[in-house]
Amino acid sequence: MRLTCPYCGPRDHQEFTYRGDATAARPALDNTSVDDHNAYVYDRSNPDGLHRELWNHTSGCRTHMIVERNTVTHDVVSCEPVGPFAEQLK
Amino acid sequence: MRYSAFAILKNALRGNRDWVPAWRKPEPRSTYDVIIVGGGGHGLSTAFYLASVHGITNVAVIEKGYLGSGNVGRNTTIVRSNYRLTPNSGFYEKSMELWRELSHALNYNVMFSPRGVLNLAHTPGQMDTHAERGNQMRLMGVQSELLDRDQVARLNPGLDVSGSARFPVHGGLLQPDAGNARHDAVAWGYARAADQLGVDILENTEVVGFLKDGERIAGVEVMRNGEPMEIRAAKTAVAVAGNTGRVMKMAGVDKLPIETTVLQAFVSESIKPIIPTVTTFGAGHLYVSQSDKGGLVFGGNIDYYNSYAQRGNLPVWEEVTGELIAMFPAFARLRLLRCWGGVMDMSMDGSPIIATGPLPGMYLNAGWCYGGFKATPASGWCFAHTIANDKAHRLNEAFTLERFKDGNPIDELGAGPTPWYH
Repeated sequence: MRLTCPYCGPRDHQEFTYRGDATAARPALDNTSVDDHNAYVYDRSNPDGLHRELWNHTSGCRTHMIVERNTVTHDVVSCEPVGPFAEQLK
Repeated sequence: MRYSAFAILKNALRGNRDWVPAWRKPEPRSTYDVIIVGGGGHGLSTAFYLASVHGITNVAVIEKGYLGSGNVGRNTTIVRSNYRLTPNSGFYEKSMELWRELSHALNYNVMFSPRGVLNLAHTPGQMDTHAERGNQMRLMGVQSELLDRDQVARLNPGLDVSGSARFPVHGGLLQPDAGNARHDAVAWGYARAADQLGVDILENTEVVGFLKDGERIAGVEVMRNGEPMEIRAAKTAVAVAGNTGRVMKMAGVDKLPIETTVLQAFVSESIKPIIPTVTTFGAGHLYVSQSDKGGLVFGGNIDYYNSYAQRGNLPVWEEVTGELIAMFPAFARLRLLRCWGGVMDMSMDGSPIIATGPLPGMYLNAGWCYGGFKATPASGWCFAHTIANDKAHRLNEAFTLERFKDGNPIDELGAGPTPWYH
């Protein structure tokens, strides 16, 4: 499996560290609902098909990116930069 | 027909014409007391204990493929109970108790071989951790022995215990009564024993939806021989391992504290007996044992990302085979016969779920990560109790779906809510 790092280009996925489901959104700081925080930490949709997930290019530029990947075929649809510099990389 | 030495002799004298298939191929009825979705090890053992312990025999086990085609037929067959946390030790020790008598209970030889599971230590710190774990096991009534390097070398002559090994061996922790069993025989034995008690095992029947009476689950819609049909039951139990996400979505449960990943396993060509125990590498993650046919059966970590693919990627091959050769340099020229991948339901704390719910009329058995095989007897035993009484047994009362929200996860590794690290 290969992922295309926004900085470094296509690289073997061994250079990257998987950081999990990218759709889990941290509730706002003033949100005191236990259910919302529980859902953020523990509940996952775990789809068979397209999955948006975070990867970090740990053995390269160390940037985070959101990968859209098919969990049944391992086909990578897109790799988008994420974080403060994401807009400049697009 | 009861299997025995006498039966073999009697049938041999009659030209072996009278043997009957180990289980029937029944046509589904329209209603059952209990439907079990998933004819793997856990589903079949649940059916057996429902019938044998609780007297509930009007049960259907619904399997989309043939029996033994899922994870029960593709694991590395290790049976052990070397855990540290109380809910796990109690549960897995119950499983050990059932394993010891399983061949007799099922009248089917599951080839349980308590040859010992040896966890190697490669640093003095790791020896301390093993001593701590060994003491915790003993406090829970589980056998354990801390071995020094010379004892490890005597037990496992092929192992490189020299100071020049890549990760020199300091010693190890042995659970002497742990070991292996024959995985296929476990599926077949439970299927045959459950079938003889009246359970209908419906192979090649795929669940495509759930029936509902209001909020309550009232049975399943299946595809069988290309035809849709409905099967109703007061209680519907789900035990589908890596497919938990897929199946629960059909019932309208979109999110669970589970992610599915792929685990690869490997078998080498056959060689003369060389590894007497199940042996695990302590400086990485590798477990290896030798099958009765002589092949080395081994595996390591899951591929670290969500996958339903039933096939893995090459980095795990490289890591696992490299670790095997670091332990046993003599295996460097050995050829692999087979490798395969199975999908694992990795839970958020690395421990399973055996509980009522999450919907009324439904029961869930999931989150086995990649240690479900050893749990097969106790999982079925506890799940059957939970289904029959609508209440967990003492041994599985901690394995709830709500434990995450309640702040009571059972995190043996202390890895946190990262399913791919358990």
